Amino acid sequence: MKKSLHILSLVGALVAPTLAQGQATPLGDASAGAEIYRRECASCHQIGEGAVHRIGPHLNRIFDRGAGTYDEFRYSEALVRQGRDGLKWDLRRLDAYIENPRALVSGTRMSYRGLSDAGRRADLIAYIRAYSDQPQNIPEAAPTAIAREVDLPESVLALEGDIEYGEYLSTECTTCHQRSGDHAGIPGIVGWPEEDFVVAMHAYKQALRPHAVMQSVAQRLDDEEIAALAAYFRATGLE
Amino acid sequence: MKLNRRSFLGTATAATAALSAPMALGQTRPRVVVIGGGSGGGTVARYIAKDSDGAVDVTLIEPSRRYYTCYFSNLYLGGFWEYDALGHDYGTIARTGVNVIHDWAVGVDRDAKTVALASGESVPYDRLVVAPGIDFVEGSVPGWDVSQQSLMPHAYKSGTQVQLLKHQIENMREGGLFVMVAPPNPYRCPPGPGERISMVGHMLSQSNPTAKILIVDPKQNYSKQALFEEGWERHYPGMVTRIGPDFGGEHVEVRPETMEVVIDGQVEQADVCNVIPAQKAGKIAELAGLTDESGWAPVMPGDMRSRMDENVFVLGDASAQGAMPKSGFSANSQAKVVANVIRGELTGSRIFPARYSNTCWSLIATNDGVKVGANYEPGEDQIESVSSFISQTGEDAALRQQTYEESIGWYNGIVADIFG
Repeated sequence: MKKSLHILSLVGALVAPTLAQGQATPLGDASAGAEIYRRECASCHQIGEGAVHRIGPHLNRIFDRGAGTYDEFRYSEALVRQGRDGLKWDLRRLDAYIENPRALVSGTRMSYRGLSDAGRRADLIAYIRAYSDQPQNIPEAAPTAIAREVDLPESVLALEGDIEYGEYLSTECTTCHQRSGDHAGIPGIVGWPEEDFVVAMHAYKQALRPHAVMQSVAQRLDDEEIAALAAYFRATGLE
Repeated sequence: MKLNRRSFLGTATAATAALSAPMALGQTRPRVVVIGGGSGGGTVARYIAKDSDGAVDVTLIEPSRRYYTCYFSNLYLGGFWEYDALGHDYGTIARTGVNVIHDWAVGVDRDAKTVALASGESVPYDRLVVAPGIDFVEGSVPGWDVSQQSLMPHAYKSGTQVQLLKHQIENMREGGLFVMVAPPNPYRCPPGPGERISMVGHMLSQSNPTAKILIVDPKQNYSKQALFEEGWERHYPGMVTRIGPDFGGEHVEVRPETMEVVIDGQVEQADVCNVIPAQKAGKIAELAGLTDESGWAPVMPGDMRSRMDENVFVLGDASAQGAMPKSGFSANSQAKVVANVIRGELTGSRIFPARYSNTCWSLIATNDGVKVGANYEPGEDQIESVSSFISQTGEDAALRQQTYEESIGWYNGIVADIFG
């Protein structure tokens, strides 16, 4: 409660995006934010040294960056358009986006329902912010945030998927996940990096991710079939 | 590298098609005719046309220009969904390359391999897919036949019947009685009647809280029963009563003119009565000689091929396939197996093993969604369930809301898959 009041007053004071000028403003508890990041964000976004774009773009130096501005990442048109129109990830906008992504950018491809608890958002933003305007705080060792969600043998990750079989198998997916990548209530899965797709499906298969429908779908897919789907959805995203 | 491989595969498939089709079937492109443009028929037509890239001539016969889904029609009843949002047209299916004919199929000559239309035309096929949905068994509820559907709507094929039922409930007298005559097994959408009761309960608890709901049910148990009963007790306490077969639920007669429902000899005066009769395969399946004494069309579990004719496939609610529920999701799932098989037989493309699945979401009250689902595989004689899951009683509100939001995602997904 205290935290949420704090962030609200801060947001109120900051009409212009002038926050990230290097001053260390205490927003929330960054160590609590690290745990929230791991649970809510890490399956799609990497952060820290060596972070690269995956399902979502990496989040290093996100503060004060224009929305949709990494050339090498495939954003939704809506996000690119808003970035062109001046949307910048200042504290206020980032807070609003995390609270309800589609309320801020209705056509965003980020399949995230939002984080309604203002205190938890403050913690999360404090954690993310440490990788923006204080680069010296980025850990030198390989960051644990980039560890895979499931331990998989390299042979499983190295399987080259049969795209034509993947296309057939994908018809089971597209009853719910739209081929266009559109989503509302059910995430888009088109264009994911193959490794992320494979890891996600194995996480459902091993019941490490909680979702009855996805666990049911994943449990009868073997390693080759998961690789086939990953290859197909990656390829359709590049078309 | 992988894209190259994909385009290589695509070229190879097209080449195979170009070589094998004329050899197998003479000069013309092989012809597929699909009867019924719902979740099964719409999907199979679109997928064959899309994946064969013009190598197969696909015709879809569907009388309606606009298709209203049965799924989510209960949500319209409860005020959670717009009527117009249930409707979908055939524009995209046609643009995929399907020849869409808005007419009634009135007969099938399986020797000549032609479908007769109400207009008098005849459409030839190499493979026929029959996906007509359900019809009602005459006389299954004594006193009711389709001529009474304006007095006692079935509202079980979506469309204007559901609008009528909603109108009747909205105009029910204060403290009135809503009666549902539930169907015997097997019937379309196993959790449908329970979801409908939930939606009627939601409407009445807001606009007419002293009204009562009576379910007359010939079945001992029904899908998601524990979830629904828990939900009704929580959201609509004291409103819903169910009379099962032990208390006369299987001996029911209706008198539409006087709005009476006679349960095991006892007369109840209803204000609104929703009669959901016993069901059978859509009429054309019977006319085509594809049904058996059960009224449904038996199929092979591996590919939904009719047991009566190897050139005919029956999809969705009309088929007797085994363990899959009669649902739009099931029909869509079966259609993808059939599309893969038919395209393979006609063009030489790869045929993969059948895999079927189904999930049914239901809404109990605002943001209180539940689901049930399973994986299915072909057994020796019929399709069998290999694993299943179901929402649990006592789940927290956040999970139920997530399930409801997911159901909206599913609706948008499946209609995009078929019509979008």
